[in-house]
Amino acid sequence: MSAIPAKEGFSRRTLVALMEDKPGVLSHVVNLFRRRNYNIESLTVGHSETPGISRMTVVVYANDAVVEQVMKQLYKLINVVKVSDISDDAAVIRELALIKVHAPSSVRAEIKQLADIFRAQIVDVSRESMTIEITGTEDKVDSLIEILRPFGIKELTRTGRVAMVRGALHTNGNT
Amino acid sequence: MKMNGAQILWECLVREGVDVVFGITGGAIMPVYHELPKFPIRHVTVRHEQAAAHAADGYARATGKVGVCMSTSGPGATNLVTGIATAQMDSSPIVAFTGQVPSAVLGTDAFQETDITGITMPITKHNYLITDVRDLAPAIREAFHIASTGRPGPVLIDITKDVQMAEIEFEYPKEINLPGYKPHTKGNIRQIRQAAQMINEAQRPLFVAGQGVLISGAERELRALAEKAQIPVVTSLLGKSAIPESHPLCLGMGGMHGEAFVNHALQEADLLVGVGARFDDRLTSTAETFAPKAKIIHIDIDPAEIGKRIPVDLPIVGDAGNVLRALIPLVKRASHKEWLAQIDEWRQDTYARDILLRETDEFIPQYVIRNIWEATEGQAIMVTDVGQNQMWEAQYYLHERPRGLITSGGLGTMGFALPAAVGVAVGRPGEPVWVVAGDGGFQMTLQELATVVQERLPLKIAILNNGYLGMVRQWQELFFEKNYSGTPILGPDFAKLAEAYGIPGITVEEKAQVPEAIKQALETEGPILLDFRIEREHNVFPIVPVGQPIDKMIRRPIDS
Ligand SMILES: Cc1ncc(C[n+]2csc(CCOP(=O)(O)OP(=O)(O)O)c2C)c(N)n1
Ligand SMILES: [Mg+2]
Repeated sequence: MSAIPAKEGFSRRTLVALMEDKPGVLSHVVNLFRRRNYNIESLTVGHSETPGISRMTVVVYANDAVVEQVMKQLYKLINVVKVSDISDDAAVIRELALIKVHAPSSVRAEIKQLADIFRAQIVDVSRESMTIEITGTEDKVDSLIEILRPFGIKELTRTGRVAMVRGALHTNGNT
Repeated sequence: MKMNGAQILWECLVREGVDVVFGITGGAIMPVYHELPKFPIRHVTVRHEQAAAHAADGYARATGKVGVCMSTSGPGATNLVTGIATAQMDSSPIVAFTGQVPSAVLGTDAFQETDITGITMPITKHNYLITDVRDLAPAIREAFHIASTGRPGPVLIDITKDVQMAEIEFEYPKEINLPGYKPHTKGNIRQIRQAAQMINEAQRPLFVAGQGVLISGAERELRALAEKAQIPVVTSLLGKSAIPESHPLCLGMGGMHGEAFVNHALQEADLLVGVGARFDDRLTSTAETFAPKAKIIHIDIDPAEIGKRIPVDLPIVGDAGNVLRALIPLVKRASHKEWLAQIDEWRQDTYARDILLRETDEFIPQYVIRNIWEATEGQAIMVTDVGQNQMWEAQYYLHERPRGLITSGGLGTMGFALPAAVGVAVGRPGEPVWVVAGDGGFQMTLQELATVVQERLPLKIAILNNGYLGMVRQWQELFFEKNYSGTPILGPDFAKLAEAYGIPGITVEEKAQVPEAIKQALETEGPILLDFRIEREHNVFPIVPVGQPIDKMIRRPIDS
């Protein structure tokens, strides 16, 4: 997904932050990442189960020391309530992608078959194209994209990671 | 009671105990200024908004209270930026109010509109854009709380003009609701016990005291602990005055311009106890070469500072005073005779190189500082600018009282001294306040001489005038082939300039005139400016070249 050269001890780490849903909070977060020179691979935000609190999942390319700094710096933001590193937890990690492929009638059946293998949905069809929706791990999404690439990808959008720890543990206070 | 936004603002300030605001008015903040005369708050009109922020900062550092500054939108707000960034880097609690264009035209590039909350996001502890008058009072309460607690810092509140004029039934917010803001002040007892054990086992322990000690008001605790276990204290630049500098255990400032014996102590110590210091690069030089033999205990209220630059063996998040108080009974008495003797040996070697031992007519700046120090008995509040003048003050003025030195450390803002001293003099009336500035930095904010006169502030202003952007010239001499590119500067006749403002000015041409000039300054009741025409190409030694370990400094030449 990124062109960052692999660095020793660095890997993709998933952090979940809960923050007050107030104007400007997201820009504070984004500004922080930019200013401190952290490498964000993806960032998603939306409502959480608590009204007034949004939940952000952010994937950073980092080592332990950087993750520690990222978390501490996030905590310093006044409206950030809770930050967890769930990289090492058993977690459900998902991403959604919409892929519009060049699909004249001659190849439609083939594309449909491939999509089925990935349990992806065809969500739109036009004369020259098909749009496929896939949900899954990044690897799964990556694979489907690679397989579809030879047909000609006309448009692609990915949400980035969202994540949740498995089982009864929750990120919302007492993990 | 029905009140408009402007009245609410002042009412909230009164309730926060604010007695002075530094600022300049303008279109987008006029409703606020219109209400000001009805409230018991002094307003100091400065001559540039940068000075308003520095003055609020100086006031905050000198008093420990929150400093307040104010400006209009657009250019007024952007002029505050350098001052806000300065306060942020040095953890100074200020609240800045800016007027903003009416919310109806926000985002349309209206006249004097600028996105000041966007601009100041990375240089404030927090900021607010207020477009609904109901949000104003809670924001002000939160702002003062955020600015002054935990690790202090600047908070900006941008208020649209319609909010300033909108009326509501005013009710002072009863409580502060900040679920994401809970500074840890206590210190974990298990870690404190472990720290005590490490201190008890150390042979060559050393405190590294930063401004956090002063902010916390932990000077007595630091001293008590240092004395009990005979642990010498090194300070950062901003940590100066955290312990009386004449105290035998106070070694003084370490780092890039630290005396050799101080840096040797840092490099040879087997335990460093950082207290409210952030181990910045001016203290440590390259992190990898710093204190190679030492275990490090880091006590700081800001968890993000711990382990940021220097790997730490034992972190303690908490308020300096709380943690030190808990440590005192747990730390055993000790004498550390050998260690102190070793430091003393290095110290004697440093003293032997003291430039003031030289018999010379050269007009050296150290002589000026030493004379001010003697004349004020180490009791003055020194407000310094940036560059060589700042370092000479730091090396030659021994501060006896807490918060005795006010200087821009983290950002290194030239032009800081005079406007900051305005705030200091307002906040600490009746106390001796000196400005020490270079000819370069002084020319960046000298318009504030008018404020000094208008507000009747008895500042003693000493310019160490070398006709250069001296610190940069020194680097050019030492590291850039003596290529003095862009550093020679012309100045006005500063004494005459002062006189034009109605301030007496004295030009001091040679060393022999120094004591008399300083005497005259002290005898003058109001402000006075002394223009010391020092050696043009004098250097600050020792200096640690960038990238070198701190004990590989270029030392003061023994004779030249
Ligand atoms: C606003 C600002 N601009 C530039 C610098 C870079 N700088 C650091 S020290 C210095 C020279 C200061 O000259 P002067 O005020 O005359 O003091 P001196 O070093 O000669 O005592 C300069 C230009 C700075 N620190 N701040
Ligand atoms: Mg100069």
